[in-house]
Parts: sequence; structure tokens; C-alpha cells
Amino acid sequence: MTVRIGVVVFPGSNRDIDAVNALEVAGAEPVILWHEQASLDGVAAVLIPGGFAYGDYLRAGVIARFSPVMRSVAAFADDGGLVLGICNGFQVLTEAHLLPGALLRNRGLRFVSREVEIAAERLDTPFTHLLGERRALRMPVAHGEGAFHADAATLDELEANGQVLFRYVHDDGSRAGGEDDRANPNGSLRAIAGVLNAAGNVAGLMPHPETAVEAVLGSDDGLGIIASFVASAAERERAGGRAAVAVGAR
Amino acid sequence: MTLGVRFAVNVSPKPGILDPQGRAVEGSLGHLGIAGVSAVRVGRRVELTVEAADETAARAVVERLAAELLSNPLIEAYEIEVLGAASSTDSERAPSDGGAGAGARAGAGAGAGA
Repeated sequence: MTVRIGVVVFPGSNRDIDAVNALEVAGAEPVILWHEQASLDGVAAVLIPGGFAYGDYLRAGVIARFSPVMRSVAAFADDGGLVLGICNGFQVLTEAHLLPGALLRNRGLRFVSREVEIAAERLDTPFTHLLGERRALRMPVAHGEGAFHADAATLDELEANGQVLFRYVHDDGSRAGGEDDRANPNGSLRAIAGVLNAAGNVAGLMPHPETAVEAVLGSDDGLGIIASFVASAAERERAGGRAAVAVGAR
Repeated sequence: MTLGVRFAVNVSPKPGILDPQGRAVEGSLGHLGIAGVSAVRVGRRVELTVEAADETAARAVVERLAAELLSNPLIEAYEIEVLGAASSTDSERAPSDGGAGAGARAGAGAGAGA
């Protein structure tokens, strides 16, 4: 049976259809989860797509955090459910404290929309296990607030715990530098492009693997990430873990 | 009987957090022919009216809002100012219409996308 994966849609989400397409390419059945619904409809995993949820008012992601669907996603994540946040979805997950750190205004102040390269720092996670090897993966970024920030002690802790999941890299796979290095599009500290929570079931990244899943889109380097997520969700479902049909009260 | 108190919450980037907006403002000063200005930090000011039994209770509401919603404690600090008793000219909308409440949208439309 095809694994069902939720795609959360907020007012202002705009990469939801890309997420739906990527999940279909990876062999999953996407299920739209509207922001006002508390039920996760029994999906095996949740993807929070990019966009400008609630207009990104106040701070990107913060108002989305308090939506009914996000309260259920938080409970799902606490229960070990797989959650992947892309771009604005990553911002939502940091604001919801499901992922460490914060995403600040790009250091160059500009909205950056172009292709970058990232590499997975770990190949043994639910989000990266099908990548096979560490290499530069080409995919787009499109954001104004993507500079990953945490204090030095937290950054050291993330490194020590293996929670740095993706870094911006040069095309030879070497780590990008600071804000003056074009390979680091937003000035993220330690060139961090994506992180994992301590339990390893929630991940977020600023670049868009879901829009790099077919050669016709310019790159299919993102498919390994989406396919890993889908395969892990299917595995977890077979093992008996899935979202409750209704979490909390409406 | 409740009391309407007008507050301001000033949110600013914490010391040590790079503030690219502040840096951009600073970078523009040369064009104005202004010298001697440094350490520009750009923040946000949110004004709001709270109806509560007394000022202490109203302040507790603002503290919670400031810490949970209006600022991100990882990167921002906030200060709360009491502006005084609320008046009808504080906002474009009358205080009774509930327009400022973040919870106003909750409830309706559940399941519409399922």
C-alpha cells in the first residue's frame, strides 16, 4: 500500500504543490492538511512546505506555530513521528521549538533565489539514508530569512550530537565559508543548511529538495532526500507508528 | 469591572546577534553626510491594549505575549512599557471588536482542506 504523507497548507504556503509532486515522484500519496484542522488524518509522516505562512508577519513561522494543525504536528513529533520542514517549513519548526536555532534575515539583506549546493553530513538518518554517499547536491534556495543562528555552545552541541544534517558546500563538496563566500547564500553560521532534532525524527532545511526531483526541473539531486523520507515513513508505518486520526480537540 | 491598559513592547536583537538591517542603516549614513553614528540596531515596537482586572494582571498577559509570540528568546530581547489607560484613539478599531486578538481566527473552517 502506498504510504500517505501529510503536506501542511497555511495561508501563504506556496510550495505545497511542489511538495505534493515530489512525494508523488517518490511514490507516496500526498494528503493535504489544512492549517485549521487538528486531525492529521492518520498520515505516516508530515511535510511542512515552503511559502510565507500567515504572510511571515512578526517573524517567519511564528504565527503558524500556534495553528491547530501545528499543535497536532508537535504532538506527533513528540511521539516519534517523522516531520520534514522545507524553507518556511524549517522556520515554522524552529519557531515551534521542534528544531534548535533560529533563522535570521539573510546577512546580505537580499532575498536569495538561485541554485546552491549542499551536502548531507549524515547518511544514516530517516531523511538521508538513500543518498548513498556524501556529495554536493544541487537545488534551489528562495528565501529572505535563512541565516541559521544559534549561540556557540548550542552550535558545538549540535555538532557533537550529529544534529547538523546539511551544510552549504562548494561543488567539490568542501564546506562553504562565511557570508563572503557565495556558496553560503545567506551567511548561515558554520554553513549550516539543515538540522535534525536530538531524537532524530524531525528535520528542516532551507534549500528546496522538493523542486529538484526530476531532470526536467533542472536537477534531481533532491530526490534522494524526499525518497529517504518517504521510505522511512513507510518503514515506520509497517512497524506500527502512525499519526493518531485526531489529536487534541478541534 | 475591568481596566484597559495600553502597553508597548519593544523588541530588539540581542547583543551579539548580527543585525543586517542595522548595518544597512549604518551604511547609508554616509549618503546623508552624517558622521559619528554607530551601533545602529533595528527592532520592532508593538503597542497593544489589555483589558484586565488591574494593571498587574494586564502586565502578566503582556509578559506572556512578549515572551511567547512577540519575541524569539533565542535572538531577541524585549522591554515592556506601560503607556497608561487605554483611550479610543489608540487604535483604528474600537477595543470592543476583538480585532487585536490572535485567537480570533481559531475554530472556524476545521477540516476544510481534508
